[in-house]
Amino acid sequence: MKLLRSGRRTSKVPLSGITPVDLADEASAGLFARPGRMVLTVSGTVIGIAALVATLGLARTTGNRILGRFDELAATEIIITTKAAGDGSTQEWLPWDAPARMERLNGVVAAGDLTYVDTNGALISTSPISDPSHQTEFDLPVQAASPDLFRAVRAKLSTGRFFDRGNSLRADRVAVLGSGAALRLGITTVNQMPALRIGDDLFLIVGILDSVGRFPDLMGAIIIPEGTARADYQIASPETVVVETQIGAASLVAKQAPLALRPDNIAALKVASPPEPKRVRDAVANDLNALFLLLGGVSLVVGAIGIANVTLVSVIERTSEIGLRRAIGATRFHIALQFLLESTAMGLLGGIIGASLGSVVVVGVSALRGWTPVLDPLTPLLAPVGGAVIGLLSGTYPAWRATRMEPVAALRTQG
Amino acid sequence: MPDASHAVVALEGVGRVYPTDPPVNALVDVDLSIAAGDWMAVEGPSGSGKSTLLNVVGCLDSPTSGTYWFEGIDVSDLTDRERTGLRSRRIGFVFQSFHLLRYRTVLENVMMAEVYRRHSRGGRKERALAALDRVGLTPRSDFLPMHLSGGEQQRVAIARALLGSPGLLLADEPTGNLDSATSARILDLFDGLHGEGLTIVMITHDPEVARRAHRRIHLRDGRLEEVR
Ligand SMILES: Nc1ncnc2c1ncn2[C@@H]1O[C@H](COP(=O)(O)OP(=O)(O)O)[C@@H](O)[C@H]1O
Ligand SMILES: [Mg+2]
Repeated sequence: MKLLRSGRRTSKVPLSGITPVDLADEASAGLFARPGRMVLTVSGTVIGIAALVATLGLARTTGNRILGRFDELAATEIIITTKAAGDGSTQEWLPWDAPARMERLNGVVAAGDLTYVDTNGALISTSPISDPSHQTEFDLPVQAASPDLFRAVRAKLSTGRFFDRGNSLRADRVAVLGSGAALRLGITTVNQMPALRIGDDLFLIVGILDSVGRFPDLMGAIIIPEGTARADYQIASPETVVVETQIGAASLVAKQAPLALRPDNIAALKVASPPEPKRVRDAVANDLNALFLLLGGVSLVVGAIGIANVTLVSVIERTSEIGLRRAIGATRFHIALQFLLESTAMGLLGGIIGASLGSVVVVGVSALRGWTPVLDPLTPLLAPVGGAVIGLLSGTYPAWRATRMEPVAALRTQG
Repeated sequence: MPDASHAVVALEGVGRVYPTDPPVNALVDVDLSIAAGDWMAVEGPSGSGKSTLLNVVGCLDSPTSGTYWFEGIDVSDLTDRERTGLRSRRIGFVFQSFHLLRYRTVLENVMMAEVYRRHSRGGRKERALAALDRVGLTPRSDFLPMHLSGGEQQRVAIARALLGSPGLLLADEPTGNLDSATSARILDLFDGLHGEGLTIVMITHDPEVARRAHRRIHLRDGRLEEVR
């Protein structure tokens, strides 16, 4: 008996305690005792969370938009030319295997070269004899291309085929017509193996273009294999190398291109990765995002201070209530728990309302601008959690103050 | 030595010194035994130590010397948590300023007495209504305290103190804020509760009020004198 008492003491009196339901009930009653004040207190957190959710959501939304069709085309294009020689004394050059060298680089989808062919004024004609009553000879531009150029400019055929590596190697006299050029020459199909003459040279027409993604000038041109052009027109070097890259690889490929093509003189080349709209817009968006994130963060801090302040005021105002609760059986822990729950609930409420408002802003702005609203599904879930954490942190000091109150002293204050 | 085993309250040589500068001897060597069913008034001028005595008896404050048994349990042995448990289940408090929560209805104020007893809520409302019935306030159960008179508010506080049938009802100047007619009703109520067997200790500085009790003790400068 004596041992039992001096050993691990079992309590002689029933301890006080509170069920979660009762705790929640007491806390919500405490909150709704002054609903107006609670709304004002919560508003800081609402603004902060709303700003954060809206900023993150709009950043995602605009980020998504950049991958639209037009932007993608521009963001994956690199055009390499030789630098115009400053004094005009020496002409810089590109290697004939430039497309092959580019295609060895990581991130390159297709590469081809394109060179304007000077035909010395030779006219283009499809008729073996010239008929004075009709115009049968046209002044059309002739371009020499490597076989992969068609892929690099995203060319599509309306009929026939592109010329291939073999045509180029054998210097075959074949040609692909732009749709505009075909129209002027009166050719609509390659079924009857139509031919055209450039000056006195006869070329077999193997295909007609339907469209190109890049270099729209090609639609009005006669395109012949590069090997043929070298043999017949003595062109010295490719004029332009066109590269299609994977999304996001353009800037890296552009940086590597001069070394891959002219390791002897990287300064000889001009590499144009056209002003990527993605970059520009990202820069703008990043500045705005930083500003709004900052604003959101500041409002959250203000909101947290607001909750801390109001909870502290409420603790002091409710001194006599704390005294009463202690008298009827609340421990210091129960008192702390209630105030923590009240401040956490305010933070949570602010988080929920803020997340909803922020989402509405994202949807509203997207609707006005015709964008597709994109929101990370975690954002509206994490925002209330963040609000609750802010409320919890804000409540710690006031709750601690509440536990320091002696019941007798607290009961002396008028309630 | 007081009979610690049968008394509800037994104080032996209890002192309470407030460690101020200079220290205040609010209670000096108090011996007191309160039996079950006592209806006792504690009298004395302001500052004589009445509230200090009540706080010690109610386990809200601890003596700095002497021993206190509550229902046979040596309270100085108990931890703060255990004393809190004791207050929650065995002692009912009534204060001069009522201490009702102004934002909760009469019924909710009474129901609050059970919140820290880890009770489930089943039957709580009925028990609270029964307590309100004992003080004659059933028709006011949905009112907010501010719509009640002072006497009615004090009766709500008494109903709250009665919930869960405590072994001891402690009242610190329960009529201090009330006019004499209203005070009389509160004292009638105490008489009735005493008749039902409740142990009541009431502080008052008013001899007219103290006369209603069946036993009167007097405090002067922290020392106890029994009047009757
Ligand atoms: N917390 C305290 N600190 C210091 N002195 C106190 C404290 N509480 C009460 N006293 C002093 O103890 C004495 C008794 O006070 P109290 O018990 O409140 O008297 P009563 O209730 O009879 O008016 C008084 O002199 C009072 O000033
Ligand atoms: Mg007093």
